Amino acid sequence: MMSKRLKEKAGFGALAVLTFMAVVPVVSIIGYLIWIGWPALTWEFLTQPPRKFLTEGGIFPAIIGTMALTVGTILVALPLGIGTAIYLVEYSRENFFTKLIRIAIINLAGVPSVVYGLFGMGMFVLTLGLGRSLAAGALTLGILTLPIIISTAEEALLAVPDSYRYASLALGATRWQTVRRVVLPVALPSILTGAILGIGRAAGETAPIMFTAAVVYTPRLPDSVYDQVMALPYHLYAISTEVPNVSQQMAFGAALVLLAIVGAMNLVAVVIRTKMRLKRMR
Amino acid sequence: MKMLKGGYMGNKNKMETRNLNLYYKGFQALINVSLPIKENTVTALIGPSGCGKSTFLRTLNRMNDVIDGTRIEGEVLLDNDSIYDVGVDPVVLRKKVGMVFQRPNPFPMSIYDNIAYGPRIHGHKKKDTLNEIVENSLRAAALWDEVKDRLHKSALGLSGGQQQRLVIARVLAVDPQVILMDEPASALDPISTAKLEDLIHQLKSNYTIVIVTHNMQQAARVSDFTGFFLNGEMIEYDVTNTIFTAPRIKRTEDYITGRFG
Amino acid sequence: MVRESFQEQLSKLRNDILQMGNLVENAIDMAAVALVNQDLELAEKVVMEDDNIDRLQMAIESMCLSLLALQQPMARDLRFISTALKINTDLERMGDYARNISKIVLKIGSEPLIKPLVDLPRMAELAQQMVRENLTAFVKQDRDLALQAAMHDREINKLYKNTFTELAELMARDASTIKQSIYLLFIARYLERIGDHATNLSEWIIYMITGERLELGDMSSVVR
Repeated sequence: MMSKRLKEKAGFGALAVLTFMAVVPVVSIIGYLIWIGWPALTWEFLTQPPRKFLTEGGIFPAIIGTMALTVGTILVALPLGIGTAIYLVEYSRENFFTKLIRIAIINLAGVPSVVYGLFGMGMFVLTLGLGRSLAAGALTLGILTLPIIISTAEEALLAVPDSYRYASLALGATRWQTVRRVVLPVALPSILTGAILGIGRAAGETAPIMFTAAVVYTPRLPDSVYDQVMALPYHLYAISTEVPNVSQQMAFGAALVLLAIVGAMNLVAVVIRTKMRLKRMR
Repeated sequence: MKMLKGGYMGNKNKMETRNLNLYYKGFQALINVSLPIKENTVTALIGPSGCGKSTFLRTLNRMNDVIDGTRIEGEVLLDNDSIYDVGVDPVVLRKKVGMVFQRPNPFPMSIYDNIAYGPRIHGHKKKDTLNEIVENSLRAAALWDEVKDRLHKSALGLSGGQQQRLVIARVLAVDPQVILMDEPASALDPISTAKLEDLIHQLKSNYTIVIVTHNMQQAARVSDFTGFFLNGEMIEYDVTNTIFTAPRIKRTEDYITGRFG
Repeated sequence: MVRESFQEQLSKLRNDILQMGNLVENAIDMAAVALVNQDLELAEKVVMEDDNIDRLQMAIESMCLSLLALQQPMARDLRFISTALKINTDLERMGDYARNISKIVLKIGSEPLIKPLVDLPRMAELAQQMVRENLTAFVKQDRDLALQAAMHDREINKLYKNTFTELAELMARDASTIKQSIYLLFIARYLERIGDHATNLSEWIIYMITGERLELGDMSSVVR
């Protein structure tokens, strides 16, 4: 018979192996990307537009395009998402309307991203006449991220103890003063973390932007929200499926840059959360 | 006994409820409660859990409004004016009738910002004024000496007893007339409790205090008048001394001598 | 029923008070019998047995104090315990008076009595009745009975005055009776004091039952 201690050790050992197996794909993907892509990351690659049907030159317009789309997404999704969450948690009482909103949010979260793309094309590009543009792309990506932002913001607001709200109301504060001065500051780190993670995800999406904002090639940088842009995910898609004779190295280099941008955003989320938490405890 | 009666019986009614009924989603939580609250006294509300004493307390500053599905009948008067009249803004009312909760609930901000919170939302912006209010409130709550060197540190670093006095200081900072306390010492150790009771005693000369407590010895120690609640009704109200030595009603007696159930 | 051990202690306290009352009532009875029959042995016994009363008094007192400190009694319980504490003292004093009477009986010894004793035994009888009625009122929570008990004190006071006048006259007529007259006068005085303490019992028992504090009898004659 196995002794208790031995069983315990065997159990932990098995768990450790499983955990390791989960880490393996992540590490190998990143490792492989770096292995192949790293040599491509030259100054020229990062700062020059592509040349010769994307087979040479850099990806600078795509980097800028992705960043512009991300900023646009933030501008669309954050106010809308946080506002909705505040309304749902702090103001509305449970009724038919709020139930409808919740059902809508849940369903939005389950919609495939290509459908967003088609919707964005129909709604923003054609109906609203924005054309294939930064604005249409940001709006589409904004709607795509909205469910994540609303639900993380809602959770963050619900996690704020009611005792804070009661204390504030009992001091003669209005609901808005209470939300603005007590509830939001407490919930903000979690809201921002959730939002940034959601937007980071959106930054890597291809389908929603291929009909609404992105073009295969433009050497121009956007100077208004009505301009078309290049974007990293779409660029990747294009060079790996539609353009012949692109070196593997360039594709991996672009992927590495995209990964770095998303990774940097996640890092920012972590930093914000830790900083604000520390500040509150001091 | 007689002396006590003469001492506070003559005080005017700062607040008063008349035939107050409160319904919560079809359940009647308060039944015909008529109770005077004398100015510059401490009124204690006692009774078993779920007897309606905390609910009653919250009707006095309309904190029940925050809860869905409550409906009120009867009158609640502050200085002889109904606080449930259409013209009354609960936000303005709550400035006059402050509240201290069961668990200390300082905001996750500095001690200074906690105290200045109320004055700020009521429009005080000048730094000098705020400094003065913060100091005076902390002094009145007997906390100044303990925190004056760390006003800009987080309030969450204070002990439970200090937090509860901080919360009282925060209430004092909006200059209320009545202070409602919902089991303010239930989360405190005996020494912090004693300090809190001393504080209540001091505050009495400037404020009218209503305290809900599970601890009968505490009610006996701090209050001038006591109301006994049972199943949503106010069974007996009298001078505290009378309630605890010779209550008129048997149910009161059974409760305070521990012969319940 | 909650607080069971507290309830048990309260009923033990009640029994102790009853026992105290019985001892005191007996002591008064025996002292009176010893006086009338000039039974020195019996008088001796009363003096000896007073120690039991004193011991019981101490026990009751410490029990009351610890109940007050440890149980923080309220309302009815508070009134009961404070009443026990008060009447405990009154009963003990009454026991002391019975002992004092017995000591005088021993001093008179077997010398012939200067007069037939009628009023003094009657006073003792009334005092016993007061104790008995009060103890019944204490147990049965009977306010009227306690009030009735206190009423006997008036008769005791009247008998005391009679005895006083009678003995004063006797002493004036015949100087040889002075010594025994003074002894008997002391006994009358002690019995009258017992009546006053018995009145205190009534007052406290009524307080215990209803919470009202009454002034029964002539309180100015009560030695604190």
